[in-house]
Amino acid sequence: MNLFLGAYIEEYVVQIINMVGVSIILAVSLNVINGLTGQFSLGHAGFMAIGAYVSAYFTTDLSYFNPETAEYITDPALVDSVWGYLGSLLAGGVVAAVAGLIVGIPTLRLRGDYLAIATLGFGEIVRILITNFERVGGANGLSGIPQFKIILMGEGRDATALDGTFFIFAFVVLCIILSAQLQRSTYGRALIAVRENELAAEVMGIPAVRLKITAFVYGAFFAGVAGGLFAHLLQTVTPASFTFMKSVEVVVMLVLGGLGSMTGAIVGAIVLTVLPEALRDVEQEIDLPGIRMVVYSLILILLMIFRPQGIFGQRELSLRLLGRLLPGRKGRE
Amino acid sequence: MNPRPGLRGTPMFLAEVTSEQVFQQALNGVSKGAVYALIAVGYTMVYGVLQLINFAHGEVYMLGAYFAYYPAKWAGYIPDEGGDKPKVPLYFIGVCLFASMAACAAVGMLIERLAYRPLRNASRLAALITAIGVSLLLQNGSQIVFGSDPKYFPRFMDRESIQIGMFDVSNTQLTIMIVAAVAMVALHLFVQKTKPGMAMRAVSFDMRTARLMGVNVDGTIALTFAIGSAMAAIGGVLIAMDQPRLTPLMGLLMGLKAFVAAVLGGIGSIPGAALGGLILGVAESVVGTWSTTYAEAVAFIILILVLLVKPSGLLGKSGREKV
Repeated sequence: MNLFLGAYIEEYVVQIINMVGVSIILAVSLNVINGLTGQFSLGHAGFMAIGAYVSAYFTTDLSYFNPETAEYITDPALVDSVWGYLGSLLAGGVVAAVAGLIVGIPTLRLRGDYLAIATLGFGEIVRILITNFERVGGANGLSGIPQFKIILMGEGRDATALDGTFFIFAFVVLCIILSAQLQRSTYGRALIAVRENELAAEVMGIPAVRLKITAFVYGAFFAGVAGGLFAHLLQTVTPASFTFMKSVEVVVMLVLGGLGSMTGAIVGAIVLTVLPEALRDVEQEIDLPGIRMVVYSLILILLMIFRPQGIFGQRELSLRLLGRLLPGRKGRE
Repeated sequence: MNPRPGLRGTPMFLAEVTSEQVFQQALNGVSKGAVYALIAVGYTMVYGVLQLINFAHGEVYMLGAYFAYYPAKWAGYIPDEGGDKPKVPLYFIGVCLFASMAACAAVGMLIERLAYRPLRNASRLAALITAIGVSLLLQNGSQIVFGSDPKYFPRFMDRESIQIGMFDVSNTQLTIMIVAAVAMVALHLFVQKTKPGMAMRAVSFDMRTARLMGVNVDGTIALTFAIGSAMAAIGGVLIAMDQPRLTPLMGLLMGLKAFVAAVLGGIGSIPGAALGGLILGVAESVVGTWSTTYAEAVAFIILILVLLVKPSGLLGKSGREKV
């Protein structure tokens, strides 16, 4: 009995770690749009939804529907390979990126809160369209999405949450490395220039609109991948998972860490994914369900009033910064 | 094995609709749009003075409905589970309405004082995020205070249909239209004809110059929030009369749609908010004749089209920097 409970808790912890991974991808990719390029997007949940549904569509064979359990029966031959999963995730990312291109070209002419509202509208439209799309389950969503399974680790074994961890963190690493390289490249410098002063950047010969769209498409791609990972992690997706609140959640991660700082985005993603789970226990302890969301929103307001630049500001947490913070070493040598 | 779901049933857009039905729906849309307009003026006024999208405004509307529910409950007009429904005297809706307006005005001023004033000189992004935070706080706080289970607003009038020409209007809808129209006209007169109204216009035109001219800017902004919130409270009470089911999350979508109405009419313009609200309400209801679920998307499609084609809205002045 104890052993069983132990295995259960472990599974729970692994699931949280997996969710942290998905959050990191979402936050780091949104940071490229909102932080680096300074275009305030509130539609990340929309791209995530597109990625989630497209990738789930590929791994879940919808032609078999079991009316008794209301689940789609997976065709194992179709998906039981690493390539099947990878392909579905990439497909989700690519479709989301195309959506990003279609949305980005007209809306990125807008600035500030107008862009925020337009992207918010886009996210809501995506959710409403999915809700009306019976082919993918409508408002009930899709269930019976297979879990990630790494075939190399032995045939006939049941997939565990740990298999998902490998998939998710492979993409986390990919996303972080790509974004860090982007940030340091000439493109990244140009994006920052657009953020600081678009007019001046254009005068310096930077194609601002094209760069903004590129950043938007890049962010949308990884949001789509994160959506695919999310779908296979939970094994079920519903349109209700991708409301405007989900976009806000990702924005809050960025703001907490410091808008424009990639390490800040990572820290924000970790804190805001783990914190609600930790507060869940507190909530049960003091018997006030819902208090954790109140705490969450209070933190957000107080943060904006007292430290609007977030934990890291626009700085990155790096070894050099740590070195400077260590006692006895003042400044850069 | 069942065939693929979704290939069964009639396709959505083949539903037979007569033109009478469309006109009837358009008329229903007018009463819906009147409520959008009442909420939209709050967005438009606050945006006018602070250039801030007050995301918490939808939650003020939700509170408006709850603040009218509780006086009725305390007066004993809400029966316990399974009890007889007591007859509510009609004058009592006035009591509820004014209580709710006063309470919402106080909430609006409190939000401004505690959350937005410290950020008056901060970046607009920080203010926007704070507004989202306040919205979340009110939503989740209400779930704790009021409970997340729906509350049912008392029925003040028995539903009756009134025949106008060839169309039916319910007495509730007629009440909504009349009350909303009176409130909008009163607001318009207040802003155009009185001294505080003039101060409001001055602050929205140029805050710094208004201050130099001796306008009490802080007071005027607080007043703007109070009036906007009171208008949202009227909207909340009117909706509760028509659709008596109250939940702490009812403000979210309503607030977003009212904001769309404000953008459509031209943000910063009060007649624009009225026009935008009516157009949105009618458009939604007319699309709803074919599909109620797609009607939900109408607001956001309108939003994106307006932002792309004419971001200053129908009656708004085009600004220098807005887009």
